[in-house]
Amino acid sequence: MPKRIVSSIQGIGHRTLEGIWRLGRATRFFLLVLMKSATSLRRFGLVIRELYYVGVLSLIIIVVSGLFVGMVLGLQGYETLQKYGSETAVGTLVALSLVRELGPVVAALLFASRAGSAITAEIGLMKATEQLAAMGMMAVDPVARVVAPRFWAGVISMPLLAAIFSVMGVFGGYLVTVIFIGVDEGSFWSQMQSNVDFRIDILNGFIKSCFFGVAVTAIAVFEGYDSPPTAEGVSGATTRTVVTSSLAILGLDFILTAFMFRGL
Amino acid sequence: MQRATLDLWVGLFVITGIGALMILSLKVGNLNTYGVTDSYVISGNFENIGGLKIRAPVKSSGVVVGRVTDIQFSTKTYDAVVTMNIDSRYLFPKDTFASILTAGLLGEQYIGLAAGGDEVMLKEGDTIMKTNSAMVLEEMIGRFLFDKASEDNAF
Repeated sequence: MPKRIVSSIQGIGHRTLEGIWRLGRATRFFLLVLMKSATSLRRFGLVIRELYYVGVLSLIIIVVSGLFVGMVLGLQGYETLQKYGSETAVGTLVALSLVRELGPVVAALLFASRAGSAITAEIGLMKATEQLAAMGMMAVDPVARVVAPRFWAGVISMPLLAAIFSVMGVFGGYLVTVIFIGVDEGSFWSQMQSNVDFRIDILNGFIKSCFFGVAVTAIAVFEGYDSPPTAEGVSGATTRTVVTSSLAILGLDFILTAFMFRGL
Repeated sequence: MQRATLDLWVGLFVITGIGALMILSLKVGNLNTYGVTDSYVISGNFENIGGLKIRAPVKSSGVVVGRVTDIQFSTKTYDAVVTMNIDSRYLFPKDTFASILTAGLLGEQYIGLAAGGDEVMLKEGDTIMKTNSAMVLEEMIGRFLFDKASEDNAF
C-alpha cells in the first residue's frame, strides 16, 4: 500500500482519537466546574460582575437583531398570508416562529459569537499570561474563581436574552404589519393569543434557551481553559468556540424540538 | 467600573429579562385568561373530530366560553369523546347542539355550541346529546360524486 494512503488513514485515526479524548476532557472539566460552583455561587458578587460582561453587554446586539428579525418575519408573513386573505394570522406566525424557534436559537447563536468568544479569549489570555498559574500558586482555585462565575453568568443570561429577543421580535412584527401596513390591531393580538400556548410554546422555548445557555458557556469556558498558551492558540480556541457552539445549538435544537413538539 | 453602577446595570438587565418573560406569558401567550376562572366539565360524543386538538376553544355565538381539555376514543360506542371545560359564568340548556367548526379557510378547528330551548341546564359531568361531526372534505366530495352519479342515472 502506498505510504501516502497509510499516513492519511493514520491521520484520520489520530484525529478521531483526539476528538474522543477532547470530549472526555471537556466532560470531566464540565463536572469539575459544577462541583466548584458552590464556592463561587457563595461569592455571588463574582457572578454579578460576569453577568454585566456576558449579559448586559450582549443586550444591544440581541435587541437590534430581535427587532429586525421580527420586522422581516412580519413583512414576509404578510406577503404570503395576504394571498389567502389570512393576513390577520401574521401575529400568530411572528409569535410562534419567535417563541418556539428563532428566539432561543438566533439569540443563542448571537450569544455564542458575542459572549462565548469573549469568555474563551479572556480565559485563554489569562492562561497565556500565566495568571491562572499564579492564582494556583496563591492557593486560589482558578476554576472556582475564574471559570465557574463565567459559566453561571452565561447560564443565567441566556434565557433572559432569548426572552428579550422574542419580545423585540414580536414588537418588530407589530411595527411593520400593524403600524406600517395597517393590519387590524385587534385581530393581530387576538389571533396570536389564541394560538400561542404558554406551556407548549413559551415554556418549551424557555427550556430550550436554558439548554443552549449551558452548552454555549460550557464550550466557551472549556475552550478557553484548554487553549494552547500562545496568541495563535487563543485565536484558534476563540474560533472553535463559535464553530462548536453554533453546531451544538443547532444539533441540540433538533433533539429538543423532537422531544418537545413531537406529535403536536 | 464602580460596584454600584455594575449592580445597577445587572439589576436592570435581570428586570428587563424577567419583564420580557412576563410579556411573553401574559401578552403573547395570554396566560391570564387561561384556566383561571371557575369552570364545569361536560363531554360530547362525536363521530369524527377531524383535526380538533386539546386546548381548542369552545365558542358560542363566536365568544370563547371554554376549552377542550381531553379527547378519548370510546371502545363502546366507537366514537370520539371530547371533554370540555366551560366557564361557569355561561350555562347552557340540556339540548344544546355541539358542532365541530373551522375558523376561516386556514384556521384551527373549534367546537361551536348552539343553545337549545330546554329549561334544565347542563351541569358538571353531563354529556351533550346532540352533536355534529367535523366536515371531512373526502366525505363531502364522495357524497357530491354519488349524488351526481344518481342524477345522471335518473335521465
